[in-house]
Amino acid sequence: MHTDSKSTRAVALPRRQFLFQSAATVLSGTAIALLAGKPALARAAGDDKAASDVRILNTALAAEREAVAAYGVGAESGLLSQGVLGVAVTFQGHHKEHADVLASTIRDLGGSVAEPVKSHNFPVDQLKSEADVLKFAASLERGAVSAYAGAIPLFDNRDLSKAAASILADEAMHWAVLRQALGLDPVPGAFFS
Amino acid sequence: MRTPAKQSTARRSGPSLARNAPVLLLTCLLAGPATLFASTVNEDAAFGDAARGEEIYQQCAGCHSLSYNRTGPKHCGIMGRRAGGVNDYVYSDAMRRSDLVWTRETLDRFLANPGAVVPGTTMGYAGIASDQNRRDLIAFLESAGESPEHCGLTED
Repeated sequence: MHTDSKSTRAVALPRRQFLFQSAATVLSGTAIALLAGKPALARAAGDDKAASDVRILNTALAAEREAVAAYGVGAESGLLSQGVLGVAVTFQGHHKEHADVLASTIRDLGGSVAEPVKSHNFPVDQLKSEADVLKFAASLERGAVSAYAGAIPLFDNRDLSKAAASILADEAMHWAVLRQALGLDPVPGAFFS
Repeated sequence: MRTPAKQSTARRSGPSLARNAPVLLLTCLLAGPATLFASTVNEDAAFGDAARGEEIYQQCAGCHSLSYNRTGPKHCGIMGRRAGGVNDYVYSDAMRRSDLVWTRETLDRFLANPGAVVPGTTMGYAGIASDQNRRDLIAFLESAGESPEHCGLTED
């Protein structure tokens, strides 16, 4: 791993934060346009295919809720510098938006939104520095990219695949920014699954 | 893999069978388990590359961890465990009723297409198409899922 100086990061991250704040409006707007009020989503709850879509969405919702909580742990750890903290809070906001859209879509499909878990397990004893928090967040985002990539082909409703792809794109960008902050190659390959 | 027992056998030549019978017996006794061990190691190496599997496991990190439950259940102690068998994780009915026990064979089938093997599973994942990638991942789960570093000394 290379080591970027803190001053380099402090300059680089707020700029990314700005870029991501702009991008967030576009992405969330797209996702909502894709999902909200779609007549095709108003399926009978008994439809097996819709039920399968609801199951996938509920799993994604659980992962998004966990990401919100994980960024909360990072933000409250006292380990993050100001620039990194701002980015973490921005990314947490994206995950909240993802969770909100997923929950409303589940309802539109006639499904039941799963109850949030009472608590999350995080390896807080292993988070001793800013780099530890960044690595932890990066591992979650990396996994989320794969989770969405693995879910997209399963949706019966193509609108859901499209919306999930837009969430995947957002989380892939999170991953790249976190890797950059760690001094790693932000985009370490041409393909990811 | 050559073992010390095998090497000592290889160096001997000429003396009568009767005079060396005790040595040969001891050699066989030592070489037997050693050969068996070597064979197991070779089979493991042929089955999958755990180091490569660790990289592939990053794909699972959106929902899973070795040592604690997340959106999906933890993986420590997975080999030989009944599907739906982590006590403090809430599984889908489909997984609890699946009657699967996690072995190389069942994991390979499940990871190739989770929804086909356990219809109704909440693991909404299309699966890992590559046979080799699945074997590597399973090899990692076999080794890391039992390691004190990741899993401590207790397991479910």
